[in-house]
Order: sequence, then C-alpha cells, then structure tokens
Amino acid sequence: MNPSPAASTKCEFSFTVNGEAKNVLAHPMERLLEVLRNDLGLTGAKEGCGEGECGSCSVLLDDMLVNSCLIPIAQANGTSVVTIEGMSAHSLMKPLQESFLECGGAQCGICTPGMILAAAHLLDKKLDPTLADIREGLAGNLCRCTGYMQIFEAVAKAARGRAAP
Amino acid sequence: MTVRHIVGASVPRKEGWDKVTGAARYVDDMVLPGMLHGATVRSTIGRGKIKQIHFGPGVDWNEYVVVSAKDIPGKNCISLILDDQPCLASEFVNHPEEPILLLAHPDRPKLRKAVEAVSIEYDPLPALHTIEESERQSTIIWGSDNTFKTFLVEKGDVDAVWKEAAHIVEGEYLTGAQEQLYIENNGVIAAFGPKSGVTVWGSLQCPYYVHKALMTLFALPEEKVRVVQMETGGAFGGKEEYPSMIAGHAALLAMKSGRPVKIVYDRMEDMAATTKRHPSRTRHRTAVDRHGRILGGEIEFTIDGGAYATLSSVVLSRGTIHAGGPYYWPNVRIRTKAVATNTPPHGAFRGFGAPQSLFAMERHMDRIAQVVGISPVEVRRRNFLKSGQTTTTEQTIKENIDLDRLLKRALELSDYAAKKKRFAEKNKAGTHRKGIGIAAFLHGAGFTGSGERYLNSLVGAEAGADGTVRVLVSSAEFGQGTNTVLCQIAAEALGLPYENVSIAQPDTTVVPNSGPTVASRTAMIVGKLVQSAARGIKETLTKTGLLHDDYSPEQFCAGCKEYIATHGALKSYARYQAPPDVYWDDEKYRGEAYAAFAWAVYVAEVTVDLTTYSVTVDDFVALQEVGRVLHPVLAEGQITGGVAQAIGFALYENVVWQDGRMMNNQMTNYIMPASMDLPPIRVFFEENGNVHGAHGAKGIGELPMDGPAPAIVNAVEDATGVRFCSIPLLPEDLFETVRPEFNEQVVFPLARGTS
Repeated sequence: MNPSPAASTKCEFSFTVNGEAKNVLAHPMERLLEVLRNDLGLTGAKEGCGEGECGSCSVLLDDMLVNSCLIPIAQANGTSVVTIEGMSAHSLMKPLQESFLECGGAQCGICTPGMILAAAHLLDKKLDPTLADIREGLAGNLCRCTGYMQIFEAVAKAARGRAAP
Repeated sequence: MTVRHIVGASVPRKEGWDKVTGAARYVDDMVLPGMLHGATVRSTIGRGKIKQIHFGPGVDWNEYVVVSAKDIPGKNCISLILDDQPCLASEFVNHPEEPILLLAHPDRPKLRKAVEAVSIEYDPLPALHTIEESERQSTIIWGSDNTFKTFLVEKGDVDAVWKEAAHIVEGEYLTGAQEQLYIENNGVIAAFGPKSGVTVWGSLQCPYYVHKALMTLFALPEEKVRVVQMETGGAFGGKEEYPSMIAGHAALLAMKSGRPVKIVYDRMEDMAATTKRHPSRTRHRTAVDRHGRILGGEIEFTIDGGAYATLSSVVLSRGTIHAGGPYYWPNVRIRTKAVATNTPPHGAFRGFGAPQSLFAMERHMDRIAQVVGISPVEVRRRNFLKSGQTTTTEQTIKENIDLDRLLKRALELSDYAAKKKRFAEKNKAGTHRKGIGIAAFLHGAGFTGSGERYLNSLVGAEAGADGTVRVLVSSAEFGQGTNTVLCQIAAEALGLPYENVSIAQPDTTVVPNSGPTVASRTAMIVGKLVQSAARGIKETLTKTGLLHDDYSPEQFCAGCKEYIATHGALKSYARYQAPPDVYWDDEKYRGEAYAAFAWAVYVAEVTVDLTTYSVTVDDFVALQEVGRVLHPVLAEGQITGGVAQAIGFALYENVVWQDGRMMNNQMTNYIMPASMDLPPIRVFFEENGNVHGAHGAKGIGELPMDGPAPAIVNAVEDATGVRFCSIPLLPEDLFETVRPEFNEQVVFPLARGTS
C-alpha cells in the first residue's frame, strides 16, 4: 500500500513546517507522512492505514485538513504544513487538549493527534458547532477505542468554553 | 491529613498529556542507531509442502539479511499453550499468510521489492475452510480429528425434560470473524547481544507472554530476555498472543544481522496475517413449559480456531461458560468444540468467545418468547438467575443480584414500552420500519476456573526517598486506563495524592509478572494486589516506627527518606491468593467459574430502510452492574467503545474469505463504525460491591462487547418480522429476505459460511 520508490532519484523540496522553513531531499512520490516522521522527527502524525481512511496521519496543509499518507512530498512543495507539534500556539489547542483529557476523548491515543487537529480545524470554521457538525467534522478520523461519544463531548466542551465570555 | 476519594473520582489519565500533545512514544516512533527494517515472506496457499524457495533476479541479495527456520536456536514454535504453531514454516504451510522467511534491510522500500522477488514452490494439499468442512474430516489437518479442544458441561438430567416440555424450541446461530482493527498496527523493535541476549520493545498486551515465547525460541534463560511495552495504540485482544510471533521474527533478524531490527506491519499485512475473532456456530434445543420457563436444553457451540491451537481452547472455555446467559437452567448439556481450518489462527478479541455464544442465547430467547406467545421482556423475567441459584457450571450465585430490577430500569431508560407500541403502529406503512430489541447478559471477570491460581500473579510497589510511590506491574496500558486506575488504588491505599503515585513502564527487568492484560482482570484482580502491595509499604514504615497513623504526605516522605537511608530500597510485593471458598473442577467443568460476574441489560432501537436495506441504530441504552466504578469517565469510555465495536460486529464488519485468506484486508473495504454511524450510546451503571475486587470493582472491559449484537438483531426482527440468525447482518442479507410486501416470517437462510 505504501510504495515509496527507490531513493535513486531524490530531489530537493522546500516547504514550511510548523512555521519553520525546511528543505528536504526526497523522492517526489515519497509521502509527506514519511518525510515528517523520518526526516523531520515529527512523530505526532501516525500511520494507521496508509490509504487515507483513518485520519491518524492528519496534518494541516495550507489550512486544509489532509491525510499526510496521501500527499506526495512533491505536492507539499511550497506549502505550509502544520502538525500536532506545531499547534501549541493555536488558541484552541489547550482548551481542546484539556477537554479531551477531562471527557475521556483519548484512550489509546493513537488517533488523538489527528482527532485534535480535525477538531481544531472544525472549530476554526464553526464558532458554535452542533453535534451534527462535530460528527461530520470528525468523519474522516477513525477511533476504535472510544465509540466517539466522549470525543464529541470534548469538542463541544471546548467550543462552549470559547463561546463563554 | 489523609487524601480521600481518589478511587471513584475521574482523575486525569496518567499518560494523557503525552497523548493529547502527540508526544507519546509508540514503537514506530522509536529509532535505534544502525537499525534495519524487517519484513516477512508469507505463504500464498492454504496448505501444502514447501518444495523450493527461489530468490528472484533484479535484487542484490547480498544486501539482505535472510532468516529461515534453520536459524532458530531453540524450539521452532510460538510457545503459548500447546506449542504447535511454528515461528517460521519449514516443511509445510497450514494457512495463507504463514511466515516462511524473514528479510532485513536498512531501506524499507527496497525490502518490499525483495519480498515480492521471493517465490515459493509448493505441493498443495487439500485445505479446509469452514467449521462444516473441518467436521466432515474428509482430510485431517490437525491432530487425529481436526479438533483442538472439546468441553462438556452437564447439569441435572436433560434427557428427562423433553417429555415434560410444552414447547421444544430449536435454533442455529452464526457469528462471523471480526478484525480487532486497533489503529496502531502490530510492531516491534528487537536487539540482540551475545551477553545481553534478546531485547524487544513492542506494541503489546502481555510482556511475559512474549518473554516466555522468546525464551523457548532462543533457548535462553529468563534473565537473557527482556521485553518492554511501548505506548500501545489499541489492542482489544489483538496484541495478546500475536506479538510473540512478530517479536520472535524481529529478534531472529537482529541476532543474525547483529543490528537492531524494526518490524512494523502495514495495515494490509496486519489484517491479512494476524488474528481475528473466532467465527462460531451455536445450536440450541430448549424445552420450555407453557409459561416459557426453561426446563432444560442442549447447547452445541463450535468455533473455528484456524490452523493452530493458539488460544482457541480458552476462548472456547469462556464461550462455553457464558453459553447459558444470565438464566437459570435446571438441566442443561453444553457440548462445545474448537475445530481446525486452514485460515490464519483466530485469537483473542474482547469478549473472548462470550459475544459469540451470548449472541445465540439472546437471539434464542426472543425465539422462545415467540413460540410460547409471550413478550421478549417476559421470557427473560421468568428465567433470570437469582441469588442462591446455580449457573450451568453449578456455581452458586452468592452476590446479591436483581436482574429483574436491572431489566425494569433499562426498559424505563429506553422508554421501551411506549416505543414498542408506537413502532408497531407506524410500521404498518411507509418505507422505514422501526424496531426495539433487548439483550440481557453477564460477563465473568478474571481467568476462568483455576486460571488465576495458575497465573499466581505478583505485584510490586516501590517508594522513593522523595515520598512518591511507583506501581510495579506487567499489566499494560493500551487505552483502557490501567495506569490511571492502578495509581488511584495505590494512592488511596497509601493516603497520598494521586500525583504522588506513578506506574513503571512494563519492562520485564523492572516489573514482576502480574499476569497478562486480558480477561477483564486488571482492575479487579491486579487492582486488589496493588492495594495490598501499597499497604505493605505503609506497614513497613509503621512497623519500623517511621510512620504513625494519620500522616501527611510530608510525613510519609520523611519516613521513606529515613527508611531508604537506613535499609535501602523500600519495596513491597503482593501475590495472588485464591479465595478459600472457590472450587473448580477442570475435568467436569463444574464449580466457581469466575470470582465475579458483571451483569447487564442493553436496549437497541433501529430503523430499517426498505429502500436501501440499511439498518441504522437510532438509540442505545447500556445499563450494567459492574461492582464499584473506580473511575466514572474511564468506565463510561470502556462501555461506549465496546458498544461501538459490537455495533460493527452486528452490522458492518464483514471479513470476506477466499480459500482461507482475508480478501478485504483494508480499511477501505472492511468497514468499522465512524463518527457518523453511531447512535447516542447512553451509559448507566448500578454499583453492587464485589468482595473479591479492589474497592469492590469487577471486570468491565469485555462486557459491552457481548450484548449489542443480539439486541440489535432482536430489534431488526421487531422491525421487519424476519428472523435473522447470522451476523454481520448486511444490507444484502436484508435485501434477500425483507420485502415491503412481506407478510409472514421467513427464516433467513444461513448462507454465509463461517470461514
């Protein structure tokens, strides 16, 4: 599923990761996920399925929520990528992380970085999301542990916290 | 000053912050200097003799480390119960995806090409793929009769009941394989040194299972094998026995190459090659009186174990003991067996045989109700076990249970009666049919019968000079909350703040063997031992005069400091002691099967769309009695997560087999519930104390896997009038049997094989 062709034809790519300019030498079809994890040591994005189903490799690419296992590094050239490690400055991050902890939104934790990124992305777009909005916003992120209920609660709580004066 | 009420409070998950920040370290996040990647060459056929192995052209094989069965220094098996499963096939293969060769290389992409370049010639042998094929014994693939294990439970005189019966109700029920689908695939890193022996870091549930398997595989003494559990991204039983296999593989490559080796499966390999829930077939023949009371019955329960024995005997055991459900059987005969087929071995998955036999029991109760002409509620009420009565294994129920009251409350919480009436009226017209179904069930906590006695678990606690205490157990955290709950128990026992207690990373050189992290045993059994070990520290300090009653954390700290300065390390251990009144006969399968049962009644509400033939669960009420709830948020998370997996088991998760191989081994076409697919899962607890568990806790992790599937299929029958007896229940099954114009009951043909 995860063809990364031989490293014989590497090219240089430049992009911004978590606000820092990065140059990497990689095969054009090497996946962004591998570049982030192996070349840049950013292991917060996880590989769950390698085919864009589970969302545990979610990152933001030019403010779009993407599965980094489906993005060839050539496509990331010139973009700005934000991973879970780069989200600490985001105003929603701490409330989301705290509400995930309080509500039980993280169990085994493997989907959690992607889930929290997806949640932050949703709350950036929707000020006051309904439960249906939350379900839809997280539809690309699979969790096998929680049955999602406590994740919905965590996202709703973070949203409410923001709305409160 | 003493800190109170840590147990019962929803304190923060110990490793939670690392998980929400992405800092938690899973095995694939770890890199060792000079590390190679490993890969596995697997059989492409179901059964046959290996004739020749060809290393194809276009690959410089000198770059690769190659390991075959010949390289195994010890016994070529994955040591577990029967030691019949080879680590690497040498002469024969017995299932598709069986490991034959191992390759290692620094570059992962090059490794994939090399795996593809190996071709293996076989003399194929006839293979078996279903329970029925295995039973026919047209060819013998395991032992003398294709049977791994049988059990017989007999209570009373079943043969005498048939003539008294007002009705004899029969049914056959099937459940399919199910993939655990933890989001983190199986993975390990292994290192080898001539002096240090084997070290493995991995995603796993049972460090000492892997430890034992590696000792056998390498013929090494226990101190030359070290197993470390990394943060584990979900397991659900899927990392109970399989990690011994992948750890063995990586360690063999590490020994041969002299370098650390990482093997992390991708999703396709993980799904095709590793264990799944055992497919099952259950047959019921039940004698009931005219009021619907069970007089007696015969239950036949059969599971497909796959090609090797692995854990099938114990999965069968749990399925056997749970087969009679939470009901009183004055007379019963339960015959069960685990049979061999040429599929990858089926293994542990949350519930461990109980979801299979309980699916049958709870569908069959609805059937009995129909035959007798009473409601599904009434048939259960009339047959519930009561305190003082005995289970099918003649275990007397000593705890104070009131299943009637549990049922009544579940019906109220789900607004059952009103909905049942309303749906019956509404279903007369339109393209959507609504239904509501119930399931009542139980789940035994801890190892079955004498199991806990054999495990003989040991737990430690160690105090530091800074007054903090560290819990020492091999019980692993993989999402369920082990770290948190065990720290809560220790903190409460010591009267220390939760923050002053931590838990050691499971590492066999650091922690004692507290047993495997399975069987809903951690909170109840290991928890109780943690409590004893923690109290031991306090007693040591008290006895040496370094601590007095009613101490503060500061006084505790001062005591620890002084003790350690004078005597050295301050450690305390506690070993399992079987309750004196527990009796179990392994031969007759009679006696106290479990120290405690959790009890539950679940209610599912569904809509069947007669245009798309899909089933949607609209509402789900999960009410259970699990003893004392140690951490409400974690406990609720166990239930919602288990219910979600069980909804998948009932309606979505279909393993497509072809000649013993899983064909849909991708998340794209093996469908688990996503955020849009689930109803509100409403969780309620009743708390009856349990004398055997820490603070009165019972097991909780597996229970929610048992009830949803029968509750949902009972609801689908309520909606459509069609008697479905097989799961997963897919739209195509409904399409074949449910028609808007239907007017009489149809028995769904048992079309889908179990393998």
